[in-house]
Amino acid sequence: MKNLALTAAVLALTASGALAQQVIRMGTEGAYPPYNYLNESNELVGFEIDLGNALCARANLTCEWVQNDWDSIIPNLVAGNYDTIMAGMNATPARAEVIAFSEAYKLPDPSGYMALAGTDPAVMESGVIAAQSNTVQASMVAETSATLIEFPTADETIAAVRNGTADAVLADHDFLVTYVTESNGELAFLATVPTAGDGVSIGLRQSDEALRATFNAAIESMKADGSLNALLRQWFGETVPVFE
Amino acid sequence: MFTFCSDPSTLPDWQWMACYLTTGSHMALYRSVLVVLLLLALAAPLALGMGFLGALAVRAQSRLVRLPGLAYVSMVRGVPDIIFFLFVPLAIDQGVEYARHRLLCPDWPDPVRQGNDFIVCPAAKMPLATDPAWVHDVWGFSLALFAFALVFGAFAANTLNGAMAAVPRAQLETGEAYGMTRAQTFRRILLPQMWVYALPGLSNLWMILTKATPLLFLLGIQDVVFWARELGGQKTGHYAYAHPDWRVWYFLGVLVFYLGLTWISQKVFDRLMARLNHGQATAGGEALRKAAA
Repeated sequence: MKNLALTAAVLALTASGALAQQVIRMGTEGAYPPYNYLNESNELVGFEIDLGNALCARANLTCEWVQNDWDSIIPNLVAGNYDTIMAGMNATPARAEVIAFSEAYKLPDPSGYMALAGTDPAVMESGVIAAQSNTVQASMVAETSATLIEFPTADETIAAVRNGTADAVLADHDFLVTYVTESNGELAFLATVPTAGDGVSIGLRQSDEALRATFNAAIESMKADGSLNALLRQWFGETVPVFE
Repeated sequence: MFTFCSDPSTLPDWQWMACYLTTGSHMALYRSVLVVLLLLALAAPLALGMGFLGALAVRAQSRLVRLPGLAYVSMVRGVPDIIFFLFVPLAIDQGVEYARHRLLCPDWPDPVRQGNDFIVCPAAKMPLATDPAWVHDVWGFSLALFAFALVFGAFAANTLNGAMAAVPRAQLETGEAYGMTRAQTFRRILLPQMWVYALPGLSNLWMILTKATPLLFLLGIQDVVFWARELGGQKTGHYAYAHPDWRVWYFLGVLVFYLGLTWISQKVFDRLMARLNHGQATAGGEALRKAAA
């Protein structure tokens, strides 16, 4: 019943607005597997690409993906180069001052400290910690007594740990876990800490209230029928926290 | 690409490599080389044109022409390139959208600036949201191209101005003695002779332009540097072709590409210089005469 009411709400929203004819340009970073990345065929794939396409289908929108560097992903949204951000972005109070967020489509990821196996956990307070610039994790490291070094891409933070530039990297656990499991014991988690923010959400312009409502309704309907949880499990494994 | 590429995980080494180097994203890397060459091929003549106009403006007798010319040449040369590359495309993009907004949607009720947001009506978007991706790419490329032409035009203007001033006064006097007008002297005597003085400076500019093309990457255009970083990074099991961090090899490849490009350019400039020196009253021309004798 709840499901039906939500579907009706989505339909009502799309019917009332002129959004249906409009093309929604969806910004993403394309360098953060398994959230969003470029595969070997030069196509954007990942959890957020599947989810975004499903949301657009539900809301009856025509959507097109745009790849944009992480560092300029918020300024270019605000400047109107695209209309949404789906790039593993946590809804934090600092970001909410600049852009608006939909409701979360992934529960707050815990953050993990990843280091070469055998690293002394004391480095989390006294060592050099790598993080991608402008991420929640970068501000988290800045609040500790550890030294923060920032890199523009997540891949470079991993390389910094491997080549010894940094003692550890702090990033989303679900991003790092593949590197740990595939490293044959070379890399390991030092600790897992809760991440600030309300969870991974779609970023939108603050003036785009209608689009935000449309996506919220679509996310609600995907939560209600379990298809969002199915997508989460498909991309992050059975252990990923899902919506009730 | 090849028929045996369907399952990369089972391939022997050389076939894996052959398949890997011909994936869709590697094809994009090879295409990005052409993007860089296209940028050079278009930016160089545009910058030379801007430089020529700039030099003429700086040398003009009318103050109204000279002062804007001087302002352009000294301002652009006095600001770090990277600031210009960030500022010019953004300013033009928003300027064009704002102008189109005023023109196409005069009845739009909302302000363009709402808090942090820059919002023009959908019809004023440049390019339109409904345009295919390649239109967006071409627009981004054109903005970058304009920024390159603007910056390098200012340097070229200075070089050309210096070269025009270096043509011996006696040459111009000869023209005047023949009763040529100012324009005729300029066209028939100054212009053909100034190139020999301009070429060293221009060849220098070309080299700097070549080496500045990775700035495209800063503007969000997927050039060779973008692809080298993207493809070189470690690829986990999420990708069909997993590999460790290979950025050093990719960057080495980019290094060789740029070195090759500048090496070929130097050869071309050497030939051009020899041609221009022919029959000139310069040390280079003198050397040519002695070699021939």
